[in-house]
Amino acid sequence: MSLRRLWAIARKESLHIRRDPRSLGLALGIPMLMLLSFGYALTLDVDHVPFAVWDQSGTPQSRDLVARFRASRYFDFRGAVENYGTLEHQIDSRDACLGLVIPPEFARRLDAGRAAPVQAVVDGSDSNTASIVLGYTQGITTAFNQDVMLAQVRRVTGTVPSPALDLRPRVWFNPDLESRNFIVPGIMAVIMGLIAALLTSLTIAREWERGTMEQLISTPIRPAELILGKLLPYLVIGMLDMLIAVLMAVFLFHVPLRGSVSLLFAVGGVFMVGTLAQGILISTLARQQLLASQVAMISTFLPAFLLSGFAFAIGNMPVAIQIITYIVPARYFVTMVKGIFLRGVGVATLWPDLLFLLLFALVVAGAAIRFTRKHLV
Amino acid sequence: MPAETDSTAEIVVEVRNLHKRFGAFKAVAGVSFFVRRGEIFGFLGPNGAGKSTTIRMLCGLLAPTAGSGRVAGFDIVRDAEKIKTRIGYMSQKFSLYDELTVEENIDFYSGIYRLPKEKKLERKEWVLAMAGLRDHRHALTAELSGGWKQRLALGCAVLHEPPILFLDEPTSGVDPISRRQFWDLIYGLSGKGVTVFVTTHHMEESEYCDRLGVIYRGELIALGSPRELKTRHMQEAVLEIECERPNEAIGLLERLPDVKEAALFGKGLHAVAREADAAPAIRAIRAALAGAGFRASRVESITPTLEDVFVSLIEERDRADAPQTEVHR
Repeated sequence: MSLRRLWAIARKESLHIRRDPRSLGLALGIPMLMLLSFGYALTLDVDHVPFAVWDQSGTPQSRDLVARFRASRYFDFRGAVENYGTLEHQIDSRDACLGLVIPPEFARRLDAGRAAPVQAVVDGSDSNTASIVLGYTQGITTAFNQDVMLAQVRRVTGTVPSPALDLRPRVWFNPDLESRNFIVPGIMAVIMGLIAALLTSLTIAREWERGTMEQLISTPIRPAELILGKLLPYLVIGMLDMLIAVLMAVFLFHVPLRGSVSLLFAVGGVFMVGTLAQGILISTLARQQLLASQVAMISTFLPAFLLSGFAFAIGNMPVAIQIITYIVPARYFVTMVKGIFLRGVGVATLWPDLLFLLLFALVVAGAAIRFTRKHLV
Repeated sequence: MPAETDSTAEIVVEVRNLHKRFGAFKAVAGVSFFVRRGEIFGFLGPNGAGKSTTIRMLCGLLAPTAGSGRVAGFDIVRDAEKIKTRIGYMSQKFSLYDELTVEENIDFYSGIYRLPKEKKLERKEWVLAMAGLRDHRHALTAELSGGWKQRLALGCAVLHEPPILFLDEPTSGVDPISRRQFWDLIYGLSGKGVTVFVTTHHMEESEYCDRLGVIYRGELIALGSPRELKTRHMQEAVLEIECERPNEAIGLLERLPDVKEAALFGKGLHAVAREADAAPAIRAIRAALAGAGFRASRVESITPTLEDVFVSLIEERDRADAPQTEVHR
């Protein structure tokens, strides 16, 4: 392999990029835009759930229960209603996600030491949100029950018993359970994969479409020189994209970066090389820009979005799908980016993922070189 | 007229019974010829005759379906990559990078050909001077005129001083002055010992070649120097006729027993006699034109042009092929 030739290709390719500032702008702008929109829009946190109350009891006890909901940061009080019709309307129009119905005999039953039924109507059209809302509701009612029981016990015995089990939860890596903290590193991986494959998917196909390839393959150039020479300038752009994404993650979204920055970029480089090579391989086989870019988009974005575990846990998928995820390079990259960002782990923990990424890069780059034909037809 | 080439010079391009088939279409069907060192060898034929397919097989860009060939001593099937180090190739379509400047295109190809640093500069200046682009080295290639683009493409194809040059319709779509300038460059290279293999469908251009192969429907139908083609393949006399209303007179001429065929040519007519002796045909034509009231200012025997030869060769081939084509249908 001749470095002179590789360099000539790389130089020419970077001239193409420089002469086409619009594409360069897109290559750097799209990741920023995507990170902004996904970072802000794609949140799995459920809070500020709107709720309405039909308090038929109107007693200090019922007001105490409602006050507990109003005080919680997970709920937003949207007003009192006077009948089922209004409550139904509020849930239909999504003004409320939860409706609490407190019956007239609520306080009386409590005072009599009997169970007082309280109805919670939940909008189940989004099952995930609904089950989280139910969880919050149960949490508040459990605390209410406990307080009522403790008050009764104190009245009878004059002392307050200590609870049998005192849970002291400590959430590691993401103490506030902010979904943004794991969404942003994950989406970074998805975006980088998409952009990388898109960038290179055009390069070889463009030469075929314009007829410049015929001249190029009449020279003694070797496939490896062509492929690696084309890869190099896009690797620079890809790493620039990564730098922008990391800066946005840290300074805009305040995602904690606990691990080694140099490891993060090294891992990003390996992922980039593999995905850029994937774009080149597609371009080599398609020989048409439109087809190549579409295949590149679908073959990177879909698996990275659905099968990388960036938002949807791989462990919850059917076994067959779980097996497929092993050939998705984004899976390894997402694992490592999250590991470095949130858990602050290093190569000692991440080496199997890194190994898979390296293998992917080598195999795909090798295939791109192998399928580069110095023949027409 | 170019000088006759040395018939003892080494053979640098040689093909035997070369075939190329694309599906059911026979693009090249059994072509054999050779080219000697320093020759300008022209491949003449109409569009779709198989010129580009042949040149691509010689450059190692297409694998032949059958047959064999050697270029610069290397086998065109097994050693295609070695051939690529010894040749310069200019494809039919302009294939440099439009969004690069003149200089960047030259630098790119000198990198691809791995020219040493000092050589690189010298060759760049040579190409710029040769193509007349010294003052336009920073111009974007897209902005150049057709003639300039072609000379730049030639320059990039010979940066590494290849001993053999393949040019596929190099002057298509450029003006006559640029075409003449381009041929001056080809002569210059040929004078330095470069073998030039050029395809064309211009009659005028093919006169500039040392030797010609005429290709039609994938087959080589004639081979020789332009002079040989005109004498060997045209044994009948060719007459030039200048008369009134030539488009009407042509029908009259075609019915004469002494005339084999007649065709409009420039402002007048060309007629091919039945025999090598022009005299009986001239007498018959003069008499017929006078009898029908066409005033003729000139009826005389001329040296046939390559176009006469080409038309006559193709018509001969079509006549020979016609019964077969009927059967196929």
